[in-house]
Formats: sequence, C-alpha cells, structure tokens
Amino acid sequence: MIKQVSVFLENKKGRLSEALEILHKNDINLRSLTIAETTDYGILRLIPNKPEQAAEKLKEAGFVVNQTKVLAIEVNDSPGSMLTVIKGLSMSDIDIEYSYCCLPVHEHKVVIILKVSDSEKAIELLRQSSCAKLIEAEAFA
Amino acid sequence: MYWNKRIETMSRDELMYIQNERLQKMLRRIYHNVPFYRSQFQSVDLAPEDITEISDLSKLPFTTKQDLRDSYPYGLFAAPLSEIVRIHASSGTTGKPTVVGYTREDISNWAELCARAFVAAGADSNSVVQVSYGYGLFTGGLGIHYGAEKLGASVIPMSGGNTERQIMLMKDFHSTLLACTPSYAIYLAEAIEQYGIDPGEIKLKSGIFGAEPWSENMRKKIEERLHISAHDIYGLSEIMGPGVAIECQCKNGMHIWEDHFLPEIIDPNTLEPLPYGAPGELVFTTLTKEGIPVLRYRTRDLSVLHKEVCECGRTHVRMERVSGRSDDMLIIRGVNVFPSQIESVLMEFGNVEPHYLLIVTREGTLDNLEIQIELSEELFSDRISNLEELERKIKQKIHSVLQISAKIRLVEPKSIPRSEGKAKRVIDKRNLQGE
Ligand SMILES: [Zn+2]
Repeated sequence: MIKQVSVFLENKKGRLSEALEILHKNDINLRSLTIAETTDYGILRLIPNKPEQAAEKLKEAGFVVNQTKVLAIEVNDSPGSMLTVIKGLSMSDIDIEYSYCCLPVHEHKVVIILKVSDSEKAIELLRQSSCAKLIEAEAFA
Repeated sequence: MYWNKRIETMSRDELMYIQNERLQKMLRRIYHNVPFYRSQFQSVDLAPEDITEISDLSKLPFTTKQDLRDSYPYGLFAAPLSEIVRIHASSGTTGKPTVVGYTREDISNWAELCARAFVAAGADSNSVVQVSYGYGLFTGGLGIHYGAEKLGASVIPMSGGNTERQIMLMKDFHSTLLACTPSYAIYLAEAIEQYGIDPGEIKLKSGIFGAEPWSENMRKKIEERLHISAHDIYGLSEIMGPGVAIECQCKNGMHIWEDHFLPEIIDPNTLEPLPYGAPGELVFTTLTKEGIPVLRYRTRDLSVLHKEVCECGRTHVRMERVSGRSDDMLIIRGVNVFPSQIESVLMEFGNVEPHYLLIVTREGTLDNLEIQIELSEELFSDRISNLEELERKIKQKIHSVLQISAKIRLVEPKSIPRSEGKAKRVIDKRNLQGE
C-alpha cells in the first residue's frame, strides 16, 4: 500500500497554488493530484514521492492534512484491464470508495489508485490476480 | 386618545411620587419574601429602610438572567403558589428555562398596560384584534390577549402560523389590528399580495409588533404593504411580557409605563447609571409585581431614555428602539441564540476549543444563520461523504438544541479572524438599525 496525503481546501482563490508551492519549495514530487469538491470546499488528494515530509510541511503551513493508505495497482494499458480488476473486487463484496489515475511506473502500464472498504481482502485478491500488480511505495520514492 | 388619561399624562413629579411609594413597598416585599434578595441587600449592608429615594436604588445590586435560572423554578417568587394564577417560561436557551409567575393582581395590571398600548396604537372597543403571537408558555399571545379583552375589543386568538387561515379570517372577520412579530407581519403582507387579495378587503388599520429586533425600514415596508400604522411594543417575560413600553402615534420612542416599572440606563461595562439621553443598557425594577418582582434587572438590551414630555401628551419616559445587546445574544427567527450554546454543541464533536463564526443574514424577511467552523485534523477525512456526514450531524444537533436550522460551513484553520481579547463570534449582517 502507498500513502496518500489529503488536504482540506476551502474554495478560495489561490489556495491550491499555495499548497503546491510548499511542496515545490521542499522539492517534493507528485505522482498524482486530484480534487474532490463540493460547493464550499474540496479535498486535495496527493500521491507525493515523500508523503511524510509533504504532510509535515503542509501542516506547518496551517493546512488540515491527513494521511491515508490506499492501494496502487498496475494494469495493462489496454481496453478492459481495469474492468477485470473492478469486477473481481465487486464480486468479493469490496466497495470502492474512490479511485483515480496516477503516473505510470513502467511503459505500457497504467497505475490506478484505489481506496476500498476492505484493503486486506483486496490485497489478498489482487495478489492472486494475473492482470493486476500491486505497487509499493518504493516505486514512487 | 388614552386608556388611562390621568396616569398616562400625570406630571413627572407626581409620577415620581408614586414610584417612590411603590418602590418602598416592593423592596420590603422582596426583602421579606425572597431569600435571594435579602442576601443581596445584606451583601451591601443595606436594609429596605435605607433606600429612601429613587436615586438610592443604585446602591443595590443588579439581578441577572442567570439569577433567575439559578432559582429555577420558583426561587424568586415573592408570593406563595396559592396566589399564583399563571406561570410563563422563556424558551430558546440551554438548560433550564426562566420561569415567571403572576398573581391575579399581576395579570390585571398586565392587561391594563396592554390596554394602554392598544389605545396608543389607535385601537378602541370597536377594534377587532387578531393576535398572531404564539399562545402558550411564551408571554406574547396571552399577554396581548388579556389587554385587548380589557380594552373591550373583539379578540381573535389566532396564535402563530397557518398563514392561509390567518389571511382568510383577517378578511372575513374584518380584523382592524394585527399583533405579531414584525417579520411575520411582512410575511403576511407578501402572502396577501400573492393570493391576489384586493387590499380593500383587508380592514387592518394598525399593528403592534415586537418580540424581535426590527428597523425603521421594516416599519416602512409593513406600513406600505399592509396600509396600517405599525407600532413597536417592548417587553420581556422577566419584567412582565409585552406591554412594558409602546409607541404612540408620534413614533419617537416607546413610552415605558413608569407607574409600574422603574427604568434605568447603565454603562454595561462600569455598571454606573447614566443620565437621560445617554446610550446604555436598560435596567428595570418592577414596582407593582407581586408574583416575581425584580430588582434592577439587567435586560442586556441597549437603548436610550428620553424624559421630555411627548407630543402625544404622555409624560412617561420614552425608550428608543433597542439598538443591540450588551451580551452576545442573537435573536434569530424569534429564538434567543447565545454563541455559547453553539460552542457547547461543537465541543461534543471533539473540538476542544472550537473556532467558529456565526453569520446572520436576512433574506427578505427570513433570518438565516450560517455557522462557519474551522476544521480540525481529527474531524478531517479524505472522504467527502464523511465531511458531509459531519456537517449533517452538527446541523441536526444545532437544530435540536436551538430549534433553528443553520447552514454549516467547514472552513480552513485560522481562516476565522482572531482579534486581541475577545474572539469575534458573530457577524450580524441584518443591519437592523441602519437600513
Ligand atoms: Zn407619545
């Protein structure tokens, strides 16, 4: 599993760039960045190469931050590969809370981030899968 | 026109003579009947006999809402329950309500003062009075009701709500005077327009409106839309209920019925009495109340007193429209809201020292409350649904405590302005005075 850093962002001008500025200044690289939003605020979800440091620096700057473990899985960059994974999880009654894409680690592969209801069960399942491979934090460091 | 011309227009000297007489009697009553007041006298080493003039009153301690709460339910009653014929209680605050009791004489005086108010607002025995204040523990409905009956008017005890029916009866019964909160008056006016009712079918001539803050601008709106003369009425259950003061046709302040109440204005910080014309906090001592007389009760309402004789001929002092509160209480849709209540709700959600800001706005006639809450790390989640659930729970809890619906808005830490000393908790954008 890998660490995702989530940041609470009010929908105010310049807040996102302030957060990114902090990461840039501390030489932190991002593998992925997404925002889940409502009308009043958003949750910025980051996969940084140095999650601990990213969280610490953002906190110092006054952001509300939390770290969550999420699954990173590598699938083939081809039609239907993601479907197979999702179907497998669904058949084992594992719910997907959210999901988004991440920069690839290997050529012709895609990395997908998944937050699921039961990570342990999901990991067990994915280990047996021939079409998906779990990516560990070291791949992003 | 007066209800009680002799009293309402008597010279100020004569009025002060009556006040002094009644004050002596009242002080002896509370000293002998209420242990709380006896200890209040003792705390300043005085006995009722030491207060020989009205100006001596400032030597005695104040009474606060907290004192009333602490003596829940009957601790401050100066009459036995066998003599109490009515009990009212205030709502909208945390914990125990404040309870007030009335003897037969109190109810009779209250009706007298409300009858004076009705006449000052242009009513007489031919009037048809529609009482759209809530009936029940709240003093509004019944207080006004008895006054209108005493006047000999025909009273329609509508109570609040059910707007369509309110308007139907107003039209069919030819109501000539409406008594309700000012915001409900505007709401009714809008509804009458919406229903496409011919204004000629509504016979209203005047209205007495109170129980919440309102502005000159609102008065104008009510008067134009309902084609009536709108009068501000003041009162609070701790002193009596509605009818403590009323605006006459001159509308240059509300006459406080000084033969029953002794008003003072104090500096809310130094607690020193202020002269006429100076803005400060209103303090009342009741002069005739038997059930629950109060000594120097701090209303927390900010106003100014004027003693010049009014053009209407009434000599009783006029208090200006209440301009605000000396504590941080807000009145939102008729409900008393203290920021501390909201703070205690937030503390239940794991915010040890919650940073929040209440923003009150008025859209049309409806008050809206937004509660901004700085999100703490422990409440934060990487899932929107969790945050939405948190907002929903806070909203629900606030509603169950305050009976009002608030918009909950999560904000980033440190985004609510801090100022030295007291944290800014409230932004009231309703502009109740300056509109
Ligand atoms: Zn007058």
